[in-house]
Amino acid sequence: MNYNWNWGVLFEEQYLNWLISGFGWTISVALCAWVIALVIGSLVGVGKTVPNKALRAVCSTYVEIFRNVPLLVQMFIWYFAVPELLPDDIGRWMKRDMPNPEFVTAVIALGLYTASRIAEQVRAGIETVPPGLSAAAKAHGLNTAQTYRYVLLPISFRLIVPPLTSEFLTVFKNSSLALTIGLLELTAQSQQIAEYTFQGFEAFTAATVIYVTIALIATLIMQVLERHTRIPGYVGKEA
Amino acid sequence: MGDFDFNVIWSSLPFLWQGLQLSLWLTFLAIIGGIVLGTLLALARLSGILPLSLVAATYVNLIRSVPLILVIFWFYFLVPLALGRPVGSFYSALIAFVLFEAAYYSEIMRAGIQSVRTGQVQAGQSTGLNYWQIQRYVVLPQAFRNMIPILVTQGIILFQDTSLVFVVSLRDFMTASSIVARTEGRLVEMYLFAALVYFAICFSGSLLVRNLKSRMAT
Repeated sequence: MNYNWNWGVLFEEQYLNWLISGFGWTISVALCAWVIALVIGSLVGVGKTVPNKALRAVCSTYVEIFRNVPLLVQMFIWYFAVPELLPDDIGRWMKRDMPNPEFVTAVIALGLYTASRIAEQVRAGIETVPPGLSAAAKAHGLNTAQTYRYVLLPISFRLIVPPLTSEFLTVFKNSSLALTIGLLELTAQSQQIAEYTFQGFEAFTAATVIYVTIALIATLIMQVLERHTRIPGYVGKEA
Repeated sequence: MGDFDFNVIWSSLPFLWQGLQLSLWLTFLAIIGGIVLGTLLALARLSGILPLSLVAATYVNLIRSVPLILVIFWFYFLVPLALGRPVGSFYSALIAFVLFEAAYYSEIMRAGIQSVRTGQVQAGQSTGLNYWQIQRYVVLPQAFRNMIPILVTQGIILFQDTSLVFVVSLRDFMTASSIVARTEGRLVEMYLFAALVYFAICFSGSLLVRNLKSRMAT
Protein backbone atom coordinates (compact mmCIF):
# COMPACT_ATOMS: atom_id res chain seq x y z
CA MET A 1 0.00 0.00 0.00
CA ASN A 2 1.57 3.23 -0.94
CA TYR A 3 0.09 6.43 0.16
CA ASN A 4 1.43 9.88 0.89
CA TRP A 5 0.10 11.04 4.20
CA ASN A 6 -0.66 14.69 4.51
CA TRP A 7 -2.96 15.59 7.38
CA GLY A 8 -2.09 19.23 6.74
CA VAL A 9 -4.59 19.50 3.88
CA LEU A 10 -7.42 19.44 6.37
CA PHE A 11 -6.15 22.67 7.87
CA GLU A 12 -5.57 24.52 4.63
CA GLU A 13 -8.01 27.37 4.63
CA GLN A 14 -10.00 26.33 1.57
CA TYR A 15 -10.57 22.74 2.65
CA LEU A 16 -11.19 23.63 6.26
CA ASN A 17 -13.88 26.02 5.09
CA TRP A 18 -15.43 23.27 2.99
CA LEU A 19 -15.60 20.99 6.01
CA ILE A 20 -17.10 23.70 8.20
CA SER A 21 -19.72 24.63 5.64
CA GLY A 22 -20.52 20.92 5.07
CA PHE A 23 -20.96 20.47 8.81
CA GLY A 24 -23.29 23.48 8.86
CA TRP A 25 -25.49 22.07 6.10
CA THR A 26 -25.61 18.64 7.72
CA ILE A 27 -26.78 20.13 11.01
CA SER A 28 -29.30 22.47 9.34
CA VAL A 29 -30.86 19.79 7.14
CA ALA A 30 -31.05 17.30 10.01
CA LEU A 31 -32.55 19.70 12.56
CA CYS A 32 -35.11 21.24 10.17
CA ALA A 33 -36.14 17.79 8.95
CA TRP A 34 -36.40 16.64 12.56
CA VAL A 35 -38.90 19.40 13.37
CA ILE A 36 -41.08 18.46 10.38
CA ALA A 37 -40.75 14.77 11.24
CA LEU A 38 -41.78 15.30 14.86
CA VAL A 39 -44.86 17.34 13.98
CA ILE A 40 -46.13 15.20 11.12
CA GLY A 41 -45.00 11.95 12.69
CA SER A 42 -46.94 12.73 15.87
CA LEU A 43 -50.09 13.65 13.95
CA VAL A 44 -49.90 10.53 11.78
CA GLY A 45 -49.03 8.31 14.74
CA VAL A 46 -52.00 9.60 16.72
CA GLY A 47 -54.15 9.22 13.60
CA LYS A 48 -53.31 5.52 13.47
CA THR A 49 -54.86 4.98 16.90
CA VAL A 50 -58.07 7.04 16.72
CA PRO A 51 -61.50 5.36 16.52
CA ASN A 52 -62.26 6.95 13.12
CA LYS A 53 -61.66 4.25 10.48
CA ALA A 54 -61.11 6.56 7.49
CA LEU A 55 -58.51 8.64 9.31
CA ARG A 56 -56.75 5.46 10.46
CA ALA A 57 -56.61 4.18 6.88
CA VAL A 58 -55.17 7.47 5.59
CA CYS A 59 -52.46 7.49 8.25
CA SER A 60 -51.56 3.81 7.70
CA THR A 61 -51.26 4.46 3.97
CA TYR A 62 -48.94 7.38 4.64
CA VAL A 63 -46.67 5.23 6.79
CA GLU A 64 -46.60 2.31 4.34
CA ILE A 65 -45.78 4.53 1.35
CA PHE A 66 -43.04 6.55 2.99
CA ARG A 67 -41.47 3.55 4.73
CA ASN A 68 -41.39 1.24 1.73
CA VAL A 69 -39.78 3.54 -0.84
CA PRO A 70 -36.03 4.20 -0.45
CA LEU A 71 -35.22 7.70 0.77
CA LEU A 72 -33.03 8.27 -2.31
CA VAL A 73 -36.01 7.68 -4.62
CA GLN A 74 -38.13 10.03 -2.49
CA MET A 75 -35.42 12.69 -2.69
CA PHE A 76 -35.41 12.45 -6.50
CA ILE A 77 -39.19 12.53 -6.72
CA TRP A 78 -39.37 15.71 -4.61
CA TYR A 79 -36.55 17.30 -6.55
CA PHE A 80 -37.25 16.25 -10.15
CA ALA A 81 -40.83 15.02 -10.37
CA VAL A 82 -42.91 17.13 -7.99
CA PRO A 83 -42.28 20.49 -9.75
CA GLU A 84 -43.50 18.87 -13.00
CA LEU A 85 -46.60 17.40 -11.41
CA LEU A 86 -47.76 20.58 -9.67
CA PRO A 87 -49.77 23.29 -11.46
CA ASP A 88 -47.55 25.21 -13.90
CA ASP A 89 -47.15 28.38 -11.85
CA ILE A 90 -46.03 26.68 -8.67
CA GLY A 91 -43.84 24.23 -10.58
CA ARG A 92 -42.11 27.05 -12.40
CA TRP A 93 -41.62 28.93 -9.15
CA MET A 94 -40.08 25.84 -7.52
CA LYS A 95 -37.67 25.36 -10.40
CA ARG A 96 -36.64 28.99 -10.87
CA ASP A 97 -37.31 31.23 -7.93
CA MET A 98 -37.41 29.06 -4.83
CA PRO A 99 -34.44 30.01 -2.64
CA ASN A 100 -32.00 27.17 -1.83
CA PRO A 101 -33.94 24.51 -3.75
CA GLU A 102 -31.58 21.66 -2.77
CA PHE A 103 -31.82 22.52 0.90
CA VAL A 104 -35.61 22.94 0.94
CA THR A 105 -36.15 19.73 -1.02
CA ALA A 106 -33.78 17.74 1.17
CA VAL A 107 -35.51 18.98 4.33
CA ILE A 108 -38.98 18.12 3.01
CA ALA A 109 -37.95 14.68 1.73
CA LEU A 110 -36.01 13.75 4.86
CA GLY A 111 -38.67 15.23 7.14
CA LEU A 112 -41.60 13.37 5.59
CA TYR A 113 -39.61 10.13 5.41
CA THR A 114 -38.55 10.32 9.05
CA ALA A 115 -42.13 11.24 10.00
CA SER A 116 -43.28 7.78 8.91
CA ARG A 117 -40.78 6.19 11.27
CA ILE A 118 -41.69 8.49 14.15
CA ALA A 119 -45.39 7.80 13.53
CA GLU A 120 -44.75 4.12 14.22
CA GLN A 121 -43.00 4.97 17.49
CA VAL A 122 -45.83 7.30 18.55
CA ARG A 123 -48.45 4.65 17.73
CA ALA A 124 -46.50 2.02 19.69
CA GLY A 125 -46.19 4.47 22.59
CA ILE A 126 -49.93 5.13 22.68
CA GLU A 127 -50.67 1.41 22.50
CA THR A 128 -48.41 0.66 25.48
CA VAL A 129 -50.45 2.95 27.74
CA PRO A 130 -52.50 0.48 29.83
CA PRO A 131 -56.08 0.29 28.47
CA GLY A 132 -57.38 0.82 32.02
CA LEU A 133 -56.31 4.46 31.81
CA SER A 134 -58.38 5.33 28.76
CA ALA A 135 -61.28 3.38 30.23
CA ALA A 136 -60.94 5.43 33.41
CA ALA A 137 -60.86 8.62 31.34
CA LYS A 138 -64.04 7.56 29.60
CA ALA A 139 -65.68 6.75 32.93
CA HIS A 140 -64.84 10.29 34.06
CA GLY A 141 -66.75 11.64 31.10
CA LEU A 142 -63.78 12.79 29.01
CA ASN A 143 -64.39 12.73 25.27
CA THR A 144 -61.88 11.28 22.79
CA ALA A 145 -59.99 14.54 22.28
CA GLN A 146 -59.73 15.11 26.02
CA THR A 147 -58.60 11.51 26.60
CA TYR A 148 -55.74 12.08 24.17
CA ARG A 149 -54.93 15.53 25.45
CA TYR A 150 -54.88 14.77 29.17
CA VAL A 151 -54.18 11.02 29.43
CA LEU A 152 -52.74 9.22 26.40
CA LEU A 153 -50.36 11.80 24.92
CA PRO A 154 -48.64 13.00 28.11
CA ILE A 155 -47.83 9.41 29.07
CA SER A 156 -46.95 8.02 25.66
CA PHE A 157 -44.64 10.89 24.71
CA ARG A 158 -42.63 10.32 27.82
CA LEU A 159 -42.51 6.59 27.08
CA ILE A 160 -41.13 7.00 23.56
CA VAL A 161 -38.17 9.25 24.36
CA PRO A 162 -35.66 6.33 24.34
CA PRO A 163 -36.67 4.96 20.91
CA LEU A 164 -36.75 8.51 19.53
CA THR A 165 -33.07 8.83 20.45
CA SER A 166 -32.11 6.39 17.74
CA GLU A 167 -34.35 8.17 15.22
CA PHE A 168 -32.67 11.43 16.13
CA LEU A 169 -29.26 9.90 15.36
CA THR A 170 -30.58 8.42 12.12
CA VAL A 171 -31.76 11.80 10.85
CA PHE A 172 -28.17 13.14 10.94
CA LYS A 173 -26.90 10.10 9.06
CA ASN A 174 -29.70 10.22 6.50
CA SER A 175 -29.07 13.91 5.83
CA SER A 176 -26.06 12.70 3.82
CA LEU A 177 -28.50 11.67 1.07
CA ALA A 178 -28.96 15.35 0.31
CA LEU A 179 -25.69 15.13 -1.63
CA THR A 180 -27.50 13.17 -4.36
CA ILE A 181 -29.47 16.28 -5.28
CA GLY A 182 -26.41 18.50 -5.09
CA LEU A 183 -26.39 19.83 -1.55
CA LEU A 184 -22.77 20.06 -0.41
CA GLU A 185 -23.17 18.71 3.09
CA LEU A 186 -20.46 17.03 5.15
CA THR A 187 -20.12 13.76 3.22
CA ALA A 188 -20.16 15.58 -0.13
CA GLN A 189 -17.49 18.02 1.05
CA SER A 190 -15.20 15.25 2.26
CA GLN A 191 -15.64 13.47 -1.08
CA GLN A 192 -14.83 16.70 -2.86
CA ILE A 193 -11.70 17.25 -0.78
CA ALA A 194 -10.66 13.67 -1.59
CA GLU A 195 -11.08 14.37 -5.28
CA TYR A 196 -9.23 17.68 -5.27
CA THR A 197 -6.29 16.65 -3.11
CA PHE A 198 -6.12 12.84 -3.56
CA GLN A 199 -5.97 12.71 0.24
CA GLY A 200 -9.01 10.46 0.63
CA PHE A 201 -7.85 8.95 3.88
CA GLU A 202 -7.56 12.31 5.64
CA ALA A 203 -10.76 13.71 4.16
CA PHE A 204 -12.93 10.72 5.07
CA THR A 205 -11.36 10.48 8.51
CA ALA A 206 -12.29 14.09 9.16
CA ALA A 207 -15.91 13.45 8.12
CA THR A 208 -16.05 10.26 10.21
CA VAL A 209 -14.74 12.04 13.30
CA ILE A 210 -17.30 14.83 12.87
CA TYR A 211 -20.19 12.37 12.47
CA VAL A 212 -19.08 10.41 15.54
CA THR A 213 -18.90 13.65 17.51
CA ILE A 214 -22.40 14.63 16.37
CA ALA A 215 -23.66 11.19 17.42
CA LEU A 216 -22.03 11.49 20.85
CA ILE A 217 -23.45 14.96 21.48
CA ALA A 218 -26.92 13.95 20.27
CA THR A 219 -26.82 10.89 22.53
CA LEU A 220 -25.84 13.04 25.52
CA ILE A 221 -28.66 15.51 24.88
CA MET A 222 -31.18 12.69 24.58
CA GLN A 223 -29.89 11.05 27.76
CA VAL A 224 -30.50 14.24 29.70
CA LEU A 225 -33.98 14.42 28.17
CA GLU A 226 -34.59 10.77 29.07
CA ARG A 227 -33.65 11.38 32.66
CA HIS A 228 -36.09 14.29 32.90
CA THR A 229 -39.00 12.58 31.18
CA ARG A 230 -38.73 9.12 32.71
CA ILE A 231 -41.96 8.04 34.41
CA PRO A 232 -41.34 6.51 37.84
CA GLY A 233 -42.62 2.94 37.84
CA TYR A 234 -42.17 2.52 34.09
CA VAL A 235 -38.37 2.32 34.26
CA GLY A 236 -36.89 -0.58 32.33
CA LYS A 237 -40.14 -1.51 30.68
CA GLU A 238 -40.25 -1.83 26.91
CA ALA A 239 -41.58 1.38 25.46
CA MET B 1 -49.26 15.49 -16.35
CA GLY B 2 -51.29 14.81 -19.48
CA ASP B 3 -48.32 13.58 -21.50
CA PHE B 4 -47.37 10.64 -19.35
CA ASP B 5 -45.21 8.34 -21.45
CA PHE B 6 -45.47 4.67 -20.56
CA ASN B 7 -43.51 3.61 -23.63
CA VAL B 8 -40.25 4.79 -22.16
CA ILE B 9 -40.72 2.36 -19.26
CA TRP B 10 -41.78 -0.48 -21.54
CA SER B 11 -38.85 -0.10 -23.93
CA SER B 12 -36.26 0.14 -21.17
CA LEU B 13 -37.56 -2.85 -19.19
CA PRO B 14 -34.67 -5.21 -20.11
CA PHE B 15 -32.13 -2.61 -18.98
CA LEU B 16 -34.02 -1.95 -15.74
CA TRP B 17 -34.37 -5.69 -15.10
CA GLN B 18 -30.58 -6.05 -15.28
CA GLY B 19 -30.32 -3.29 -12.71
CA LEU B 20 -32.89 -4.94 -10.46
CA GLN B 21 -31.01 -8.24 -10.66
CA LEU B 22 -27.86 -6.48 -9.50
CA SER B 23 -29.79 -4.87 -6.61
CA LEU B 24 -31.23 -8.21 -5.52
CA TRP B 25 -27.91 -10.03 -5.87
CA LEU B 26 -26.12 -7.34 -3.87
CA THR B 27 -28.86 -7.49 -1.21
CA PHE B 28 -28.63 -11.28 -1.00
CA LEU B 29 -24.83 -11.39 -0.66
CA ALA B 30 -24.79 -8.52 1.83
CA ILE B 31 -27.47 -10.19 3.99
CA ILE B 32 -25.49 -13.44 4.13
CA GLY B 33 -22.19 -11.66 4.81
CA GLY B 34 -23.80 -9.25 7.25
CA ILE B 35 -25.47 -11.99 9.29
CA VAL B 36 -22.31 -14.13 9.47
CA LEU B 37 -20.05 -11.25 10.47
CA GLY B 38 -22.78 -9.76 12.68
CA THR B 39 -23.20 -13.03 14.57
CA LEU B 40 -19.43 -13.25 15.14
CA LEU B 41 -19.45 -9.66 16.43
CA ALA B 42 -22.36 -10.42 18.74
CA LEU B 43 -20.56 -13.52 20.09
CA ALA B 44 -17.41 -11.45 20.60
CA ARG B 45 -19.38 -8.81 22.44
CA LEU B 46 -21.01 -11.34 24.75
CA SER B 47 -17.87 -13.47 25.11
CA GLY B 48 -16.94 -12.01 28.49
CA ILE B 49 -13.36 -11.53 27.24
CA LEU B 50 -12.84 -7.83 27.84
CA PRO B 51 -10.52 -6.82 24.95
CA LEU B 52 -12.61 -8.82 22.48
CA SER B 53 -15.94 -7.36 23.58
CA LEU B 54 -14.45 -3.88 23.70
CA VAL B 55 -13.19 -4.12 20.11
CA ALA B 56 -16.55 -5.45 18.90
CA ALA B 57 -18.49 -2.77 20.78
CA THR B 58 -16.27 0.00 19.43
CA TYR B 59 -16.63 -1.29 15.89
CA VAL B 60 -20.42 -1.52 16.13
CA ASN B 61 -20.83 1.93 17.69
CA LEU B 62 -18.43 3.54 15.22
CA ILE B 63 -20.19 2.11 12.17
CA ARG B 64 -23.61 2.94 13.57
CA SER B 65 -22.75 6.61 13.95
CA VAL B 66 -21.64 7.27 10.36
CA PRO B 67 -23.84 7.43 7.25
CA LEU B 68 -23.81 4.55 4.77
CA ILE B 69 -22.81 6.86 1.91
CA LEU B 70 -19.65 7.82 3.76
CA VAL B 71 -18.87 4.12 4.34
CA ILE B 72 -19.38 3.45 0.62
CA PHE B 73 -16.98 6.31 -0.23
CA TRP B 74 -14.48 4.97 2.31
CA PHE B 75 -14.36 1.52 0.78
CA TYR B 76 -14.53 2.75 -2.77
CA PHE B 77 -11.34 4.59 -1.91
CA LEU B 78 -9.73 2.04 0.44
CA VAL B 79 -10.26 -1.33 -1.25
CA PRO B 80 -8.27 -0.60 -4.44
CA LEU B 81 -5.59 1.07 -2.32
CA ALA B 82 -5.30 -1.92 0.01
CA LEU B 83 -5.24 -4.46 -2.80
CA GLY B 84 -2.95 -2.38 -4.96
CA ARG B 85 -5.12 -2.83 -8.05
CA PRO B 86 -8.54 -1.59 -9.13
CA VAL B 87 -11.47 -3.88 -8.36
CA GLY B 88 -14.91 -3.29 -9.81
CA SER B 89 -17.24 -0.97 -7.94
CA PHE B 90 -19.41 -4.02 -7.25
CA TYR B 91 -16.86 -5.58 -4.90
CA SER B 92 -16.06 -2.31 -3.18
CA ALA B 93 -19.78 -1.74 -2.64
CA LEU B 94 -20.32 -5.32 -1.46
CA ILE B 95 -17.51 -5.05 1.11
CA ALA B 96 -18.92 -1.72 2.32
CA PHE B 97 -22.40 -3.18 2.70
CA VAL B 98 -21.25 -6.33 4.51
CA LEU B 99 -19.13 -4.36 6.98
CA PHE B 100 -21.82 -1.71 7.46
CA GLU B 101 -24.79 -4.03 7.85
CA ALA B 102 -22.83 -6.41 10.10
CA ALA B 103 -22.97 -3.71 12.80
CA TYR B 104 -26.78 -3.62 12.61
CA TYR B 105 -27.13 -7.41 12.36
CA SER B 106 -24.85 -7.81 15.36
CA GLU B 107 -27.25 -5.76 17.50
CA ILE B 108 -30.14 -7.96 16.36
CA MET B 109 -28.21 -11.16 17.02
CA ARG B 110 -27.08 -9.88 20.40
CA ALA B 111 -30.70 -9.41 21.40
CA GLY B 112 -31.47 -12.83 19.93
CA ILE B 113 -28.70 -14.55 21.89
CA GLN B 114 -29.80 -12.81 25.06
CA SER B 115 -33.37 -13.99 24.48
CA VAL B 116 -32.21 -17.62 24.92
CA ARG B 117 -32.72 -18.56 28.55
CA THR B 118 -29.60 -19.25 30.62
CA GLY B 119 -31.04 -22.62 31.63
CA GLN B 120 -30.47 -23.72 28.04
CA VAL B 121 -26.78 -22.87 28.23
CA GLN B 122 -26.44 -24.55 31.63
CA ALA B 123 -28.15 -27.67 30.30
CA GLY B 124 -25.65 -27.67 27.42
CA GLN B 125 -22.73 -27.34 29.82
CA SER B 126 -23.98 -30.11 32.06
CA THR B 127 -24.28 -32.49 29.10
CA GLY B 128 -20.59 -31.85 28.42
CA LEU B 129 -20.79 -29.60 25.35
CA ASN B 130 -17.99 -27.10 24.89
CA TYR B 131 -18.48 -23.35 24.12
CA TRP B 132 -18.69 -23.70 20.34
CA GLN B 133 -20.97 -26.73 20.55
CA ILE B 134 -23.34 -24.86 22.85
CA GLN B 135 -23.43 -21.90 20.46
CA ARG B 136 -23.76 -24.13 17.41
CA TYR B 137 -26.43 -26.56 18.64
CA VAL B 138 -28.24 -24.74 21.44
CA VAL B 139 -28.00 -20.95 21.45
CA LEU B 140 -27.71 -19.81 17.82
CA PRO B 141 -30.52 -21.95 16.36
CA GLN B 142 -32.95 -20.53 18.93
CA ALA B 143 -31.55 -17.00 18.62
CA PHE B 144 -32.05 -17.11 14.84
CA ARG B 145 -35.58 -18.43 15.13
CA ASN B 146 -36.58 -15.76 17.67
CA MET B 147 -35.13 -13.01 15.48
CA ILE B 148 -36.39 -14.09 12.05
CA PRO B 149 -38.96 -11.26 11.69
CA ILE B 150 -36.42 -8.60 12.65
CA LEU B 151 -33.77 -10.15 10.40
CA VAL B 152 -36.20 -9.99 7.47
CA THR B 153 -37.11 -6.37 8.32
CA GLN B 154 -33.42 -5.50 8.31
CA GLY B 155 -33.16 -7.29 4.94
CA ILE B 156 -35.86 -4.97 3.55
CA ILE B 157 -33.97 -1.94 4.87
CA LEU B 158 -30.80 -3.34 3.30
CA PHE B 159 -32.56 -3.71 -0.04
CA GLN B 160 -33.62 -0.05 0.15
CA ASP B 161 -30.08 0.89 1.15
CA THR B 162 -28.61 -0.75 -1.96
CA SER B 163 -30.08 2.16 -3.94
CA LEU B 164 -27.25 4.25 -2.46
CA VAL B 165 -24.70 2.59 -4.76
CA PHE B 166 -25.98 5.33 -7.05
CA VAL B 167 -23.27 7.54 -5.53
CA VAL B 168 -20.54 5.38 -7.08
CA SER B 169 -22.51 4.85 -10.33
CA LEU B 170 -22.82 1.11 -9.86
CA ARG B 171 -25.66 0.04 -12.17
CA ASP B 172 -28.30 -1.19 -9.77
CA PHE B 173 -32.02 -0.62 -10.31
CA MET B 174 -31.87 2.95 -9.02
CA THR B 175 -28.89 3.94 -11.17
CA ALA B 176 -30.42 2.22 -14.21
CA SER B 177 -33.70 4.12 -13.71
CA SER B 178 -31.84 7.37 -13.39
CA ILE B 179 -29.78 6.69 -16.55
CA VAL B 180 -32.98 6.09 -18.53
CA ALA B 181 -34.61 9.12 -16.90
CA ARG B 182 -31.79 11.41 -17.99
CA THR B 183 -31.12 10.05 -21.47
CA GLU B 184 -34.82 9.95 -22.39
CA GLY B 185 -35.64 13.16 -20.52
CA ARG B 186 -38.45 11.33 -18.69
CA LEU B 187 -37.66 12.04 -15.06
CA VAL B 188 -41.23 11.97 -13.74
CA GLU B 189 -42.16 8.63 -15.27
CA MET B 190 -38.94 6.87 -14.38
CA TYR B 191 -38.68 7.99 -10.76
CA LEU B 192 -42.35 7.25 -10.08
CA PHE B 193 -41.90 3.84 -11.68
CA ALA B 194 -38.79 3.18 -9.56
CA ALA B 195 -40.76 4.16 -6.45
CA LEU B 196 -43.56 1.78 -7.45
CA VAL B 197 -41.19 -1.16 -7.96
CA TYR B 198 -39.37 -0.57 -4.67
CA PHE B 199 -42.72 -0.15 -2.92
CA ALA B 200 -44.11 -3.41 -4.35
CA ILE B 201 -41.05 -5.38 -3.24
CA CYS B 202 -40.67 -3.81 0.20
CA PHE B 203 -44.40 -3.85 0.97
CA SER B 204 -44.59 -7.58 0.10
CA GLY B 205 -41.63 -8.04 2.40
CA SER B 206 -43.33 -6.25 5.27
CA LEU B 207 -46.50 -8.33 4.76
CA LEU B 208 -44.28 -11.42 5.02
CA VAL B 209 -42.87 -10.07 8.29
CA ARG B 210 -46.38 -9.47 9.65
CA ASN B 211 -47.32 -13.03 8.66
CA LEU B 212 -44.21 -14.49 10.33
CA LYS B 213 -44.87 -12.52 13.50
CA SER B 214 -48.45 -13.70 13.85
CA ARG B 215 -47.42 -17.31 13.13
CA MET B 216 -44.73 -17.11 15.80
CA ALA B 217 -47.10 -15.59 18.33
CA THR B 218 -49.36 -18.64 18.29
